[in-house]
Amino acid sequence: MAKALGILGLQGDYALHARALHRLGIPHRLVKWPEDLKDTSGLILPGGESTTFLNLMEKTGLRDAILRFAQEKPLMGTCAGLIVLATRIQNQKMKTLGLIDLEAKRNAFGRQIHSFQAPVRILPFQDHPSFDGVFIRAPQILSLGGETQALGFYQEQVVMARNRNVLVMTFHPELTADTRIHRFFYQSFVQTV
Amino acid sequence: MEIFKLDKDFKIKVGLAEMLKGGVIMDVTRAEQAKIAEDAGAVAVMALERIPADIRAHGGVARMSNPRVIKEIMDTVSIPVMAKCRIGHFAEAQVLQALGVDFIDESEVLTPADDKYHVDKGSFKAPFVCGCRDLAEALRRIAEGAALIRTKGEAGTGNIVEAVRHMRTVQSEIKRITLLGDEELVIQAKEMGVPVDLLVFVKRKGKLPVPNFAAGGIATPADAALMMQLGAESVFVGSGIFKSADPEERAKAIVMAVANYHNPEIVAQASEKLGDAMPGLEISQIPRDQIIQGRGW
Repeated sequence: MAKALGILGLQGDYALHARALHRLGIPHRLVKWPEDLKDTSGLILPGGESTTFLNLMEKTGLRDAILRFAQEKPLMGTCAGLIVLATRIQNQKMKTLGLIDLEAKRNAFGRQIHSFQAPVRILPFQDHPSFDGVFIRAPQILSLGGETQALGFYQEQVVMARNRNVLVMTFHPELTADTRIHRFFYQSFVQTV
Repeated sequence: MEIFKLDKDFKIKVGLAEMLKGGVIMDVTRAEQAKIAEDAGAVAVMALERIPADIRAHGGVARMSNPRVIKEIMDTVSIPVMAKCRIGHFAEAQVLQALGVDFIDESEVLTPADDKYHVDKGSFKAPFVCGCRDLAEALRRIAEGAALIRTKGEAGTGNIVEAVRHMRTVQSEIKRITLLGDEELVIQAKEMGVPVDLLVFVKRKGKLPVPNFAAGGIATPADAALMMQLGAESVFVGSGIFKSADPEERAKAIVMAVANYHNPEIVAQASEKLGDAMPGLEISQIPRDQIIQGRGW
């Protein structure tokens, strides 16, 4: 029996990530406390409010636990999850995890009335690169550092990036019925690390 | 039979509601309170002129907040900012949208501006949340374009009984609809005063097409855990925080309780250090004309 993939369940749209993994037949489990990480094969940080995530991660001890977990295991973050995993956030003093070298800007497109849906191009999906990008009060990736590579674009902007074991995107694949990004994370990160 | 479909714009609105799940939305009247709420882990704040307990105590017409105060709140916090407009007051809603608030609450807590009609919420770019006491009311608000539903409860009382009644009513009516035959739906829709396509959605999926949160009377971490276990996907806390003896600690404790609503040990731990909750009101002691939940059509 394959190990379960963890989904950070402190707040946010974690149930929609669970739905995507369920559709793919990938076993999964919510992570609310450090001990929930035991025997998981990786961790997805969902959409939600990054300030709430960081606040509760500090109080539950998950912050240090995830930092240790990330030395060996893969992580994926969508929107707020990206903010939590990034090294630098423009104009904000947030104690993020710094697990992927990039600078991001929160709510970069504006407020909710500027949220939108538009096609993005995902490079690893060579033959059919178009993916429905749902951007909700979305952040922007301003610059990539170190070994971080761009994997997806909205027009000319980078909206998806990776390093050795971390995959992040500024949009929400879990809000669509398209499970290709979850499958990509599972096959190219979880099953290979 | 045709099933209710969420179009692209509606999905973007519901998308923000999805991001707010498993969290606490706190009523605030000033920027300093908004900062306390954000630091405590709130997923959003709700700007209003006076908190419900004060509206109840002082009476008069309760209106949308001053735009200057809403702007100060928006400049102070990075989390989404919601604000209330009066039922049917589409001009207040237009102002709130122009200010850029992230969610508009067409709220029974303020004095209604229209005794017949609600705002045509589908025509706005900003998403709306509305209160309900039962499934019919929830579906009428969704038909008008609400992207998020909450129980009304009885705001400003610190008494959870009405929110529990409303949540249980909605959940049990949803279950009942799933058992109906297709041939019963048109007459059922007529009796409930709701569009058929929304009833078809409820019958097929066994849930509302938008998230369902709780509000109206939540004062303690255990109140929040109760509503989450009854099926609420997040909670709004109004007077419960800033009318208590220790707003900061209470705000943090309710956030912790909502994240761990299924875990009584954590709810106990979160509650231990708290001082007095807001003073509560027994519903039967409230004069009939001061019952807020009856507003909405």
